[in-house]
Formats: sequence, C-alpha cells, structure tokens
Amino acid sequence: MNMTRAKRVEIIIEAPMESRLTGALDTAGVTGYTVLPVLGGNGRNGRWTREGQVSSAGGMVAIVSVVRAERVEGLLEAVFAVVERHIGIVNVTDCDVLRAERF
Amino acid sequence: MSLAVDNLLSPLILFFALGVLAALAKSDLTVPEAAAKTLSLYLLFAIGFKGGVSVSAHGIDSALLLSLLAGTVLSFALPFIAFGLLRVTTQLSVTDAAAVAGHYGSISIVTFVAATSVLESAGIASEGYLVAVAAIMEAPAILSALWIAARFSTDAQSPVDARDQRGLLREILLNGSIVLLVGAFLIGFATGNDGLAEIESFIVAPFKGVLCLFLLDMGLVAGRGLRSSSHQLRFGLIGFGMLMPVIGATAGLAAAQLIGLSVGGTALLMTLSASASYIAVPAAMRVALPDANPAIYLTMSLGITFPFNLTVGIPLYLSVASAVGA
Repeated sequence: MNMTRAKRVEIIIEAPMESRLTGALDTAGVTGYTVLPVLGGNGRNGRWTREGQVSSAGGMVAIVSVVRAERVEGLLEAVFAVVERHIGIVNVTDCDVLRAERF
Repeated sequence: MSLAVDNLLSPLILFFALGVLAALAKSDLTVPEAAAKTLSLYLLFAIGFKGGVSVSAHGIDSALLLSLLAGTVLSFALPFIAFGLLRVTTQLSVTDAAAVAGHYGSISIVTFVAATSVLESAGIASEGYLVAVAAIMEAPAILSALWIAARFSTDAQSPVDARDQRGLLREILLNGSIVLLVGAFLIGFATGNDGLAEIESFIVAPFKGVLCLFLLDMGLVAGRGLRSSSHQLRFGLIGFGMLMPVIGATAGLAAAQLIGLSVGGTALLMTLSASASYIAVPAAMRVALPDANPAIYLTMSLGITFPFNLTVGIPLYLSVASAVGA
C-alpha cells in the first residue's frame, strides 16, 4: 500500500462551542473534519458525563481532522482563536493515510 | 403544612429523591441522553400546547401583555440582586458570581412544569399564557450577566465581543426548548379545544408519568453533580441557593399582585422568578464566560435550587399566593 505521512489533529471541546469551532475551520479552509460524541470524562473542572443531560452545557465533543503537515499550522491558529479560554484539549499526532490526494 | 407533606410524598418528589439517592450511592442507574432529551421535548410540547389551548379558551387580555413585561423586567433585574448577594455572602470571583447570577434571573422549565402539576392536583386554575412568560424569561438574564461581568470584572479580556454576542443572542432565542415551547403554545392557541381533543390521550393522561421519569433523571444528574462537585459548595453558596429563590419569589409575588393574577398564576410567576436555569443559561455561559467555573453554577442550579424549589419552594409559594389571594 502507498501510505503518505499526515497530521491528525484532535480537539476535545465543550459542546456549546462546536459550531464556532467548525465555523473557524471552514473559514480557515479546512473542509475535512469529523465531529464525534464523547461519553464522559474527568478534568480540571471535575467529572462529567453525557448520561441524562438535556443541555449541551455539560457535554463535550471531539473534532478530528487529518491534514497535510504543511497545513497544520494554519489549522492550529484557527483552532486556538476559538479554544484559547475554553475547557478542552488539542493534540496533534503523526499518522499515515491512504489516498493522499484527498487531504 | 399538609400541602407541603402531600408534596413531599408525591410521586414527582419521590422519583426525584430516588434519582438523587441512586446517584449518591453510585448506582449504575442512568437515563440515556437521547431518552432524557425526548422526555424533555415531550414535556415542553405538552405544557406549551396546553397553555395555548387555555389562552384560546379564555382570550387575550391586557394581563397577558403586562405579564410578559413583568417577566422580562424580572429576568433582567434578578441577576443584579443575585450578584450583589453573592458578592456579599460568598468568595466567588466577579466572573463566577456573574455567571451564577445569570442562572437565577432565567428560569427552570421543569420547576414550572412541576408547579403546574401541583396546581392541577390541587384543582387550582392558572393563566395559560404564563407558558409564554416562561419562554420570555429565559434570555434577558443572560444579557444582565454579561453586562455585570463586563462592568465589574477586572480581567482585561472582554467576556464576549459584540459580534459574538449577537450570535449568542440568536442561539438563545432560537434555542430548541424555546422554539418548541413557543411553537406548541401557538399551535395550541390556534387549534384550541378541538386540537386538544385530538391529541389529549397523548399529552394529558401520560403527562405525570413522563414527568416522574424525567424527574428521576434530574435527580440522577443533580446527585452526580453533588457527588463530584460538593467540595466547591461552601456554606455561603448553599445558603444563597436557598435564599435567592425566596427573594425571586417575593419579586414575582409583587409583580403578580400588580398585574392582578389569580392564585394559581401568582404561584406560577413566583415559581418562575424563584427558579434557576440549567439548560439555556449554562450553555450561554460556556460560550460567553468561559472563565467561569461550570461546576459551581450547574451544581448550584441543579443540586441546590432545583431540589429546594421542588420540595419546599413550590408548596411555600402556593401557600403564600393562596394567603395573599384569599
């Protein structure tokens, strides 16, 4: 298989911020990302779970985007403007992708 | 007294208590997120529709407009009282106090639904348009909280810029809960008793059972919040969580007397003024005041004030409304 190196950016952010973050990604020209639900967790602001919640306020979502290495800086700048003061995690890992022309 | 005892022994309260106890005991009892949201949608749909039908039967009068105005003023004003009280009685930062204050100007629709259920059980009529008052009271408090944070915070970073504030307002006003509540109210108003007759078996008979199940979930959420965030709750915060509803209810009582609401309507406006939001405002605060600690305001609203209103507040407000109205 012909594999190509890429960067996988994973952002865990408060659910109420989801539309703002995806909007910032769209504006930055990052058109490929996936929004995933997350069940629960624990952090500096305490334990949380989606179970039984009727408001998005206490929930988090994960947004995953895979981009070419040269585009990761622009993506992170767009992300940082939104997540800077909010609860969450941003991490970048190396990955290999098939069909590099799609990224 | 008998009203308070009856209330404490009602299935609504007992299911809520079951949820709290199950969560505190670390039971694996849960209501899935999607089911909780469905129950919430059902309650909003039913209460909105029935409110609209009631208004269609009794007609629109000046008291409706005055009640909407009173609700707006109360929602704007109560956060200022709450903020002042928090700054005097607690060690909360300006941002945390502003965020908590915003919750106490807005409303809890489930507390309102529980109060209407208590009124129905007691055979006390109320003005159906108070559903619309509930909807209108959701948002103004958020603006007050943002203004308080911007005015009193020494933090160089503004809570939220003007463009973002417009986007936030749009999100609040088009919040799914408000859209469904107001939409169902208007459909109920337009279709009247004929419309109600068509769907009565769905929205009247199962209503209390669904409310019990929803309150079980609320108890679970409140219990989990208390378990994980109890270390955040100092004596002053707990006291505030029980005093502020009484202050809000007193303001609601004064407004209801000025408007001339019925005993049931007075009890409901008191309940609305006493309740604290846990749906619209927490989400808005996460966006607009990210530095505020959500564990504090969610636990205050759901873990202290919601149970207080459910167990002590609603019978108290109804008793006061009855005494004043008699």
